[in-house]
Amino acid sequence: MKKSLVLIVSCLIIGVLLLPFGCGEKVKPIKIGINAPMTGDIPKVGEGTKFAAQMWLEDIQASGGLEVGGKKYPVELVIEDNESKAESAVKANTKLITEDEVLAIVGPQSSKQAVPAGGVANNYQTPMISPWSTNPNTTKDRPYVFRGCFLDPFQGPVLANFIKEEFGYSKAAVLYDVASDYPKGLAEFFKQAWENLYGPGSVVAFESFTTKDADFSSQLTKINRSGAEVLFTPQYYNEVALIVQQAHELGWNKPIVGSDSWGSAETVKLCGKDCYGLFFSTHYAAAGATGATKAFIDRYNKKHGYIPDDVAALTWDSLRIVQEAIQSSGQLTGNVAKDRQSVRNALARIKEFDGITGKMTFTEEGDPIKCAVIVRISDKGEFEFYKSVCP
Amino acid sequence: MEFFFQNLINALQWGSFYALIALGYSMVYGVLMLFNFAHGDIFMVGAYIGFGVASALVGFSAMGALALPNWLILALTIIVSMFLTSFVGMIVERVGYRPLRNAPRASAAITGLMIGIILETGNLALLGARRVSFPSLIKSTTYDLGGVFVTNKKIMIVIVSLALMYALHRFVRKTKWGMAMRAMAFDFVVVPLMGVPINNVARMTFALGSALAAVAGIFFGVAYPVLDPYMGVLFGWKAFVAAILGGRGSILGACLAGFLLGFIEIFVPMIFPSTLRDLIAYSIILLILTFRPHGFFGEPYSARLRL
Repeated sequence: MKKSLVLIVSCLIIGVLLLPFGCGEKVKPIKIGINAPMTGDIPKVGEGTKFAAQMWLEDIQASGGLEVGGKKYPVELVIEDNESKAESAVKANTKLITEDEVLAIVGPQSSKQAVPAGGVANNYQTPMISPWSTNPNTTKDRPYVFRGCFLDPFQGPVLANFIKEEFGYSKAAVLYDVASDYPKGLAEFFKQAWENLYGPGSVVAFESFTTKDADFSSQLTKINRSGAEVLFTPQYYNEVALIVQQAHELGWNKPIVGSDSWGSAETVKLCGKDCYGLFFSTHYAAAGATGATKAFIDRYNKKHGYIPDDVAALTWDSLRIVQEAIQSSGQLTGNVAKDRQSVRNALARIKEFDGITGKMTFTEEGDPIKCAVIVRISDKGEFEFYKSVCP
Repeated sequence: MEFFFQNLINALQWGSFYALIALGYSMVYGVLMLFNFAHGDIFMVGAYIGFGVASALVGFSAMGALALPNWLILALTIIVSMFLTSFVGMIVERVGYRPLRNAPRASAAITGLMIGIILETGNLALLGARRVSFPSLIKSTTYDLGGVFVTNKKIMIVIVSLALMYALHRFVRKTKWGMAMRAMAFDFVVVPLMGVPINNVARMTFALGSALAAVAGIFFGVAYPVLDPYMGVLFGWKAFVAAILGGRGSILGACLAGFLLGFIEIFVPMIFPSTLRDLIAYSIILLILTFRPHGFFGEPYSARLRL
């Protein structure tokens, strides 16, 4: 009895003595969560996210950590795979927030994952910034959710106006995936913008399919017959290749126009010559870039052997925005909930940011206003800058 | 009118895939009375093996080691992949099904699902998550027949598929091995006692089904040149629907139902909005099954299954 009491007391004393070493000496690292599609339908998007994030981390580590309030903190990235699925993105966000206790989250990339995952981040009051999600619902009524790119209500009219000016056509067809937030949203915004230009009924075919479909012959046959002069398809790179090739095989020789989801390094690889000469709107054009954008592209290309796509550039910008917010939040208390709150407030205070994907001004909703770029796929399969469209 | 014919041709191509895969389900069921749920993934493995063989041959050809014309590369790819994939099928049978032959049917069905997941994730581990693009072996030429657009690929796919189905029919009807298969389908218990080597027949059935799935996989790669490790899942389910619709264990039924499924999937979006395609297509099939619960050529008693 006596012996055990001595043991407990001595343990307590040792414990109390050791306490200051445990907490005081080491600085708690800043954890940033990355929620990206490493596997699933669009793994190339996940790869670009990861590479850009690692490059950002290298810079931070090279300068000895992130300086906040006169103190340098080491930074850790926690990368979670969302398998390009909505439910996995929700799970990944929940894990990042509750288990890994990250300060902020960058990602998910596509709206299909970012819309539901944004809800989780907002409920847990954790700042999240989606670099690539263009659907308005991602940030709508969610004070903790931000983004690094323009929105579909802007992209839709940009494309409609571009087609009008470039080709002068008045009858358009749309083919989109009805089971995915991004294509569905953008298809509807495009339709709206087109009908504003040419009146109701000018979208002569509005055809859909569901994720994982490979055969689009019935939809394309219908589009062919509708008398459409141009086909708009806001799909991801794996479907773009199939749609464009099948359209050509079914005798479609009119233009096909795409959106920012086309801007992956894989698009031309999978699609081949069929995609040469086509146009799409995106966030930046690698060919002909200058300044910081060029420095980023060259560094990425040197390290990974290919030109970074828009996802990588936007991820880079988003991490820089998060970095600026953390630094301008004043100081970190070590209490995650409090720090998240102050980082969120600092994010909301950022009004202007000069990123490698252009200058952006932030609105109340946490959405940037920035220019879009129209890119032409050249006869060598490169993404060529064609023109810039600003709001 | 040309609108109808255009869809008809699209449907023939789409139906060929379902028919080729449904045959694999049907044959295995006919002989062993179990559904090989890994079959959709064997289709995926066939497509990837085809991709590997074709890439290797194209590589050799480009290096000048053996200058082969593209049609020959395709023919060789099909033959080599059929062999390799049938080995995969035999391994699946040996590892997954033979130890469970006397186990409850549910266990064997679950085995199939597990093997399917192993094949998918194994592929993911081996080749990574990125999509691969099937080499374009035949240059796509589009013929305009009075408003109906047909490509040389489509013609080849439909004709070769039909030829293979006919060959299978002849094999089952006219050869000794085919007779053994039919006998097994007739009585699973007594026929082995008469000296029919059950293991060999089972192995051969799997090999045949897998070889057909390999052809479907390669043609899929030719027509839709983007491959991913999960391509066989949904496709396998739909082909399974065709196998049931045709009548379990019926070769002719599986072919017809495969084409019918293709026709329904292509023609439904012609009349209804494409958003409702699968909803309406599979409601129609449900309706057919309500009136013909054993499918087109299936019969109520398993002992009377026709192969």
